Amino acid sequence: MTKPAHYKFRLYVAGDAPNSLQAVANLRALCREHLPERHEIEIIDVLHEPKRALADDVLLTPLLIKLSPSPVRTIIGNLSQLETALLTLGLPG
Amino acid sequence: MKACTGIEGFDEITNGGLPRGRTTLLEGNAGSGKTVMALQSLVNGARLENEAGIFVAFEESSDRITANAAKFGWDLVALQKKKLFFLDAKMNPDMVQSGNFDLAGMLAGLENKAREINAKRIVFDAVDVVLALMRDPGAEQREVYRLHEWLLATGLTGIITSKFGGYQSHAVDQQHLGFMQFMVDCAVTLNHELVRGVSQRSLRVVKYRGSAFAENQSPFLIGEGGLEVAGGRDMAQLKAGGIARLSERISSGVPRLDAMLGGGYYRGAGILITGFPGTAKSTLAGAFAGAACQRGERTLFMSFDSDAEEVVRNLASVNIRLQRFVKNGLLRLISARAITGSAEIHLMQIKQHAKALGARCVVIDPVSALAKAGNEETAYSVAERLLDWSKAAGITLVCTSLLHEVSSFAEGTPLQISTIADTWIHLNYLVHAGERNRGLSIIKSRGTQHSNQVRELLLSDAGVTLADAYTAGGEVLMGTLRWEKEQGEMLEKAEHKAAAAKVLAALDNQELELEAQLDALRRDLEAKRAEKRELNRVAYDRSAKLIRERTHLRELRGVDTK
Repeated sequence: MTKPAHYKFRLYVAGDAPNSLQAVANLRALCREHLPERHEIEIIDVLHEPKRALADDVLLTPLLIKLSPSPVRTIIGNLSQLETALLTLGLPG
Repeated sequence: MKACTGIEGFDEITNGGLPRGRTTLLEGNAGSGKTVMALQSLVNGARLENEAGIFVAFEESSDRITANAAKFGWDLVALQKKKLFFLDAKMNPDMVQSGNFDLAGMLAGLENKAREINAKRIVFDAVDVVLALMRDPGAEQREVYRLHEWLLATGLTGIITSKFGGYQSHAVDQQHLGFMQFMVDCAVTLNHELVRGVSQRSLRVVKYRGSAFAENQSPFLIGEGGLEVAGGRDMAQLKAGGIARLSERISSGVPRLDAMLGGGYYRGAGILITGFPGTAKSTLAGAFAGAACQRGERTLFMSFDSDAEEVVRNLASVNIRLQRFVKNGLLRLISARAITGSAEIHLMQIKQHAKALGARCVVIDPVSALAKAGNEETAYSVAERLLDWSKAAGITLVCTSLLHEVSSFAEGTPLQISTIADTWIHLNYLVHAGERNRGLSIIKSRGTQHSNQVRELLLSDAGVTLADAYTAGGEVLMGTLRWEKEQGEMLEKAEHKAAAAKVLAALDNQELELEAQLDALRRDLEAKRAEKRELNRVAYDRSAKLIRERTHLRELRGVDTK
């Protein structure tokens, strides 16, 4: 049995905007549920690093990028629509 | 404080441009010119005020926008290096959405960028596109407020463009965007519609907090240099031009007409030539154009009637040769026959051509074409602005105008230009004794002594000229009648001369005769006088001799004298 893939996420948020806070909470819950012990979350606050917003083409926040495993996927929104998120990330619903 | 847009006409309407440090909403349907207008004011801010700017493109890629704007000659490539920043904010269609999102990230990035390049202006183009992604009216409204708050906080002069929200929208889910108009400090709507088949663009300033503005709809044009709005009458420009108003006279191209006008048209005057079809209005206008080119003055000839080549050919038939001037670039002949457009569009085209050419003289043949195709309402003000503009620019303007026979009675023109034209020449057919002849009269000519006579306009392959007026019994004679009169007078003159010569000869004879008689009498008189003198002498001699003889006799008798 192959070792399950390790997930690397990058989440762009805008300070403590409601959508951003929700996204962080929703992503953490999702990982606890579906990817226990095999995920890594990098959170970038564009209010603190505004240059990265334009450099990384982050225009709408919150924005989640699944960096690995491939393919790379991007989801915008607070991840409140869980099914869409899981489907996009290739996780069983 | 206002931020000028550099858009011709728009800054006049708004008394200086957009509210500085505040937000302006440009609303309009697809293709109404929102993007061009927003980009143009950004570009002009950079070029004229040296203000850096940011363009956020939600709908089109920035490459496409710059490519589309390339034809306007704004030199975007050079500006992009220093003064302009384009942000591609077009959403990737593959992007998955899960739940709500907001613009906070982008605004944080933009705030940083604005500081970096010291931007003063920002455009959010097609903000409705990104808002539509939210599929939640509440969220959309919140983001619009976020955007607005952000703009106020940063102090940038903002332009937001959007398709019509509010009451104009038929889509129910867009109606909540109508509140944007209430939120912003300045709102402008752009329209592109068909009026009786003629494309008309117009814009209207709906609101402008804390500033006066022209409230009416103003037609505009997207021309070679971008947007041009038909502004109000530019009185400042007119005044500036007024100082330079010259008393210089320039030829009408017909020397005898110049004489009638007391020296020709005034430089910078507006001249109106009216008449029925075929009365040689175009010819007279062409003569003016020819004379202007002859003086080396650049001249624009806008013909709404014929093709450029036809104009040249037709005028050549009366010895007005324009071909060489077209070749050497002094004369620009534009045939606007095929162009259907509103009166405003025509006016702007006339201005553009005149500007590009550097024209000193402009001919519009005929100006009544402006009133075509559903433009009756606006044509008058356009004609008025045309005259104002030419005056301000010191351009001598010759307009022809068709008069319909029915309206001829009042001698008024459909556009009412006659009241504002400086010189009004009317051409007429005078029908008399079975002939139709062209009559020319000067109805008015401000500031000049002008002939009050109707003259006959003669066209021939030698050129255009006016014939002397023959008045007989209070009537001006033309055509054959004039010719007859001329011939008759010549004959009469000859007879007169012959008769006079005869009388003179007779008198000469008499004079000679009398002189001869006088001579004879004088000689007679001399003879008589001589005779008289002789008689006197003889008589004296005799009496002396008598005395002597008597004395001698006495002496002989020896008598004493007692």
